[in-house]
Amino acid sequence: MRVALVDSPIDVAALISEVSDDSCGAATVFLGSVRNVNEGRAVTGIEYSAYRSMAEREMSAIAHEAAERFGVTRLIVEHRLGTLGLGDVSVAIVSAHPHRAPALDAMRFAIEQLKRRVPIWKLELYVDGTREWVGAVSIPEGVR
Amino acid sequence: MTVTVLLFASYADALGKSAIELDVAPGSTVRDILGTLCAMPGGDRLPPRPLVAVNQEYASASTTLQGGEEVAVIPPVAGG
Repeated sequence: MRVALVDSPIDVAALISEVSDDSCGAATVFLGSVRNVNEGRAVTGIEYSAYRSMAEREMSAIAHEAAERFGVTRLIVEHRLGTLGLGDVSVAIVSAHPHRAPALDAMRFAIEQLKRRVPIWKLELYVDGTREWVGAVSIPEGVR
Repeated sequence: MTVTVLLFASYADALGKSAIELDVAPGSTVRDILGTLCAMPGGDRLPPRPLVAVNQEYASASTTLQGGEEVAVIPPVAGG
């Protein structure tokens, strides 16, 4: 199990090889990447920033929760920060398990929780030169 | 006592800074800190009840501070 915030391109092949093991008959990969349009506006890139210490802590908590819920300990979560262009991979989640169901469930759990809890922000850059913070609605349960 | 307030993304833009050392009365709560921030220039652009973390853990408005904490005001997260 490993989580990281990275400042350089995510090497997906390296992650797959790191997570794989002869005991595992299943490996999954989820990649999030920069899309060319959001809410009807043409996007040229995204600047990702984070509250690094807390983000790493939350990502680690998510990985431990995934291990507890699904018995998946071979799980890697990497999120990239900085300025990314169209198609660049911003987040990668890879998991491996002897069987496919826990591997898929843990991967889905990790990305959904990451989007809900991890303090990372997107500044979207648009074709017309303007930029805007993306405000996904996010209030973890029981916080208030 | 002092606490370190961290601001991020749109909230840092609103107040024009990303970190503020605040001198606060003993027994102050997160709610008190938010009140102080709202009274600062640009503070009117913060939502009434933003998400807050104390020492890297999500906290409620009623959380009491001892001094020395890192109090982060967290805009809606948008990772992925």
